[in-house]
Formats: sequence, C-alpha cells, structure tokens
Amino acid sequence: MSILVNKDTKVIVQGFTGKEGTFHSEQCIEYGTNIVGGVTPNKGGQTHLGKPVFNTVADAVNATGATVSMIFVPPAFVGDAVMEAADAGIELAVIITEGAPVKDMMYAKMYATKKGMSTIGPNCPGIITAEECKLGIMPGNIFKKGNVGLISKSGTLTYEGANQVVQAGYGITTAVGIGGDPIIGLSYLQLLPMFENDPETEAIVMIGEIGGDLEIQAAKYIKENVTKPVVAFIAGQTAPKGKRMGHAGAIVSGSAGTAKEKMEALEAAGVKVVVSPAEIGKAVKEVLSK
Amino acid sequence: MNIHEYQAKSIFKSYGVPTPRGIVATTPKEAVRAAEELGGDLWVVKAQIHAGGRGLGGGVKLARSIEEVEELADQILGMTLVTHQTGPEGKVVHKVYIEEGADIKDEFYLGVVLDRAKEMPVIMASTEGGMEIEKVAAQTPEKIVKVAVDPTIGFQGFHGRELVFGLGITDKNEQRKFIDFASKLFKIYMDKDVELIEINPLIRTKQGDFLALDAKMGFDDSALYRHPDIAEMRDITEEDPDEREAAEHGLSYVALDGEIGCMVNGAGLAMGTMDTINYVGGTPANFLDVGGKANAQTVAKGFEIILKNPKVKAIFVNIFGGIVRCDRIANGILEATKMVDVHVPVVVRLDGTNAAEAAEILKNANIDNIIPATDLLDGAKKAVAAAKGDLK
Repeated sequence: MSILVNKDTKVIVQGFTGKEGTFHSEQCIEYGTNIVGGVTPNKGGQTHLGKPVFNTVADAVNATGATVSMIFVPPAFVGDAVMEAADAGIELAVIITEGAPVKDMMYAKMYATKKGMSTIGPNCPGIITAEECKLGIMPGNIFKKGNVGLISKSGTLTYEGANQVVQAGYGITTAVGIGGDPIIGLSYLQLLPMFENDPETEAIVMIGEIGGDLEIQAAKYIKENVTKPVVAFIAGQTAPKGKRMGHAGAIVSGSAGTAKEKMEALEAAGVKVVVSPAEIGKAVKEVLSK
Repeated sequence: MNIHEYQAKSIFKSYGVPTPRGIVATTPKEAVRAAEELGGDLWVVKAQIHAGGRGLGGGVKLARSIEEVEELADQILGMTLVTHQTGPEGKVVHKVYIEEGADIKDEFYLGVVLDRAKEMPVIMASTEGGMEIEKVAAQTPEKIVKVAVDPTIGFQGFHGRELVFGLGITDKNEQRKFIDFASKLFKIYMDKDVELIEINPLIRTKQGDFLALDAKMGFDDSALYRHPDIAEMRDITEEDPDEREAAEHGLSYVALDGEIGCMVNGAGLAMGTMDTINYVGGTPANFLDVGGKANAQTVAKGFEIILKNPKVKAIFVNIFGGIVRCDRIANGILEATKMVDVHVPVVVRLDGTNAAEAAEILKNANIDNIIPATDLLDGAKKAVAAAKGDLK
C-alpha cells in the first residue's frame, strides 16, 4: 500500500516536450512510472519518449484514461494548466514548476477544489511511492521501500530525510513534497490522515519550515487524530525575522510563523521534534523501536 | 518587490484612492519648488525609504514655511535613517516627498494581505491608526476588523458594511466614502498582483473625508513580468548589494551575524544547515541557496559573496545531490577554488547520487583547506571546529 499514487496510476505530463518536462519524464519512466502520454499544444499526434502527445488535457484523458497529471509548464502558464487539468477530470495534479504567481495559484486552487481535483505543489519535488511510481524531480534511488511516510515543504530536505530513514535501516512508503509557496495544494492536514489510514505506514516524518501556520494546524490534528508516531523538523530556527528564506512562503512576518512556536505546538501534540535535520534518522529509529 | 510611498500614492491616484497632494524631490531646491507648487501654509517633508517607523526615526517632519521646507529637506536628504524595520545600520535617504498638510480628526489602519489559511485576500482595518499593526494584534486584537474577500466574487457591499460597522463609522456619508476607498484598494491589490498594501495611518479629516496619509506596497516578484510599469519602480539602492548580486546569478542569499559561511542546495536544507551549525555550537554567517543546478560558476560566485563578509572564518558546503550528480559538483568546487581565492577552511559534504566518486575527487585533489565530511552532522561539527582554528 501507499498513498495517492502507485505503479498502476495512469499519468500524463503537461509541458511534456519542453526541456524540463522531457528530462524528468524520462527519469520517471525509467523509475517505473506509468506515463501514458503528454500534452503540448500544437504537438498533438506526435510521439515523444515513446508516448502519444495531445493538444489538450481533455484529449489526453479521453484517449488514455489518465487520472493524474504532472505539470512542468513555465510559471506564467501554471494557473491555466492546473485549471485545464481540473476541467478535464484529472483527480490529482502534481505541480513542479517554481515561480508561479500567487494570484494564479489562488484562482487555480479554488477551481480545482470546485472540480474535485487535488493538487500537490507548486514549487515542489513532487510525490514518490518507493519503487513504484515517481512523479517529480527527486532522485529515485534514495527512496527504498519501507514503512515511513514523509511530508516535506522542502525538496533537498525530503532527500536528506528519506536518505537518513534508509540509512537507519527503514524505508519509505510514500514521500510527498508539498512545496513552500504561500498557497499550496495538499498539505499536512490532508496527508496525515492518508498516512494514518495506510496499513503499510508505521511512522510519519514531517518536515516544515518558518512562515504560515500549516504546522500549527497539523499539530492540532495530530493531537486528536494520529495514533502513529510522528517525527518533525522545522527549518529556520536561526532565520531572521522579515527576511524571505528562498521559498516564497518562508518568512516570519511580525511574530507569526516562527520555528519556535511550531516546534512547541508539535511537541505539545506528542510529536518527536528534532532540532537538526541530522537527527531525523535517529529519531525515526527511536520511535519505531519503542 | 517593495516600492516607495510616493510611488504607491501615484498608483492610488490612478485608481481614485484619495491621497494628499504631493511631489517628490531629490534636492532641497526641488523641495522648495514642490512646496511652492503645492501652495498652502503647511507641508510635510517625508523621507522615502522602504521601511516603516520613519516618523519615530526623524524622517517625517512638519514645515510651516518655505524656508523650513528647505531646511528640513536639507537635513533629511542624505541622512541615515534608523527605524525598527531598517536594522541598526539604517538606510540612507535619497528622496523626500513634499506633501500638503492635512486636517486630521482621527487615524485608522487599512491593509490588504493574503490570508494563507483562507487562501484569499483579507482586508484588515483598525481604529488604532498610527500604531504598529502587529502590536495592536498582540495587545488588543478586538480592535482589528478582518474581512476576507473571495476573489471570484470580488469586493461586495457586505464586505464594506462589515468594515464600517466594525470600525464604528456611523455617518452615512462617511460610510459611503470609506467603502469606496476600501473597494478601490482591493481592486489595486488584485489588479497589480500585490503582496501587501498598508495604509497607516489612513486619516479622517474634520470635513469627513478619508485620505491615505501613508502608503506601503509590496508586490509578488513572480508576477512582475506582467506589470512592466511596476517593475520600473524598482529602486536598487534600497536593496542589499550582496543579496542583489547573488540574485543576479541565480543564488538566494541572506546575510546573518555569525562566523560560518554556508553554501547549500535548496532553501529548506540551507535553513536546516544553519540550524545544525547552531545546534552544534557555531553561528551561521549567511543563508545561501545555490539552487538546483550548482556548477563551478555558481559555486565560485557563492564563495565570492560569502567571503566578502570579513567575519567568515570557515565555509560549510552542504550539497545533497539529487538529479545533479555529486562528482560534477565536486569538480565544480575544485574549479571554483581556482577562480576565487578561498582563504578560509572549506568543509565539504556531498551526499546523494555518486557521493563516493565525489569524495574520491576531493581527496585526490589534495587541497589543504578542503576538509571532506561524511554527513550533515559531521560537516557542521567540522565547520565549527575549523572556524575555531581547531581543525586545519
């Protein structure tokens, strides 16, 4: 078992024939992802990486029965692409692109919600179900199959965390990079119950960062609903106030969104909070050997 | 990207948001001409910098004569203004805004910002104008009226009524004026991809008019491509030169106070690296994300920017190679050390794809001040030791 995607998931790629789309789609296919086609306007009818190309998402869905779309279009076109996917009946859109305007994502997410489509990202490494399905840009070889679910706002910290879990002798069920933008798709609040209900997942690692209050909401949810052990790290304890730390959403505004308040809330919810990402593997070992 | 008060007010004016009349000036002579053109017998001379708290810092002064305008402009132009938002180093004032005096009855706060939890814009208003809104939120949260506006329906009459009744504005004429003000502000927020608009204070005059006495605006950098008029308002003298140089090379850099320079791929891991240095008893000198495509050029530029800071006693390069292979990064680091004179110890941790090959490359290069590390914790500890001179 796993969450959201597995080896049978039928995937299309929006922005399939572009440089990034091509490079990463190829890697995903190599990993075993069931990519059934792609979308690039005016290239419908062509074949790319051995898969059919369509002009519109609707065409692609009709022809292939795809339920998931991986989006690599340039930032200015992300909002449009997400709404097109939602309109065509896609169930989950994974948005890798960095730098989409916040306003576009605000409208796109509202429309997706209305159409019943979930989103992951934007500006994220994607989602991977170990040894089955990779949708995104993460190095697949790190993610060995196992019993730990991972949710992270950061790309390289996802790899760091997964690598440590594997080094500690465990492995990953599914890892989801949720992205660090001000408006993101699926987040802790939606993913925690999925991992809680997944019989193969025995522990959950959540990696957050400064800015916003998603981790505070997660802490409340965990306290009341999650029975599996959770390990958390919040990046940015040493970040100065009012400065944006790389991610558009990683900013402490006024006194809100600090690492300290998030760590305290999670600790109060019974989460094993580590002060350095270097301790994630050790902490997972500790909670799983209890 | 942030803009100056006078620029924000020019946007306000184009939308019909009432503001006092004003003219920007870069010399005392220009300030005098501006005051003469505005007329009247009361002017405000306002320093134009991208930070709040200008009044308390001595950057906003009243003038009752043309001579006084000249005197104050002379005083304020070129001064280094220190406010609670500038940091202790302050900001040099290059422009002043000369504005006609206003007849203030009372002061409000009005702002529009994204509510990240609701995922839509929220209009915030308060009767506590002139005070820092964070302080009001902390001390008297009941004095802040928050109205979230779903952008798919836009600003409706009920949003306006919630605002005026929440603020206790009872005169019908004044209600109409305030609602009109707020609805125009919301339109600007949506039209221009604004990240934050703040008017503090927004004043009510004795005649019952509302005027934006101050104006602060910031924009979504990702959307600037579709607002060339806004992009043109950028004032690079307001930006940290090192941060700007880094950004021009695709690096994301923020200076801190510590001794250990950091070069990391990915914003989250970059913060995590700072936190780890702190955890093992060191102090990070900066945040630096070299991005997903670290190569010799970006790494060299990273070294150059980090080493501009004389406090840096060691550098910790922490790369988790994903799609980018570690052996290529290792070669990039070696090349970079030839391009830039790196005179402090450099601890290098490369993990992920082809990490073993990378370690071999670094070892064989046999460069004295490159110290390999096996993992994040090991790297942080070695960097702290190297900064203390305990590790060569």
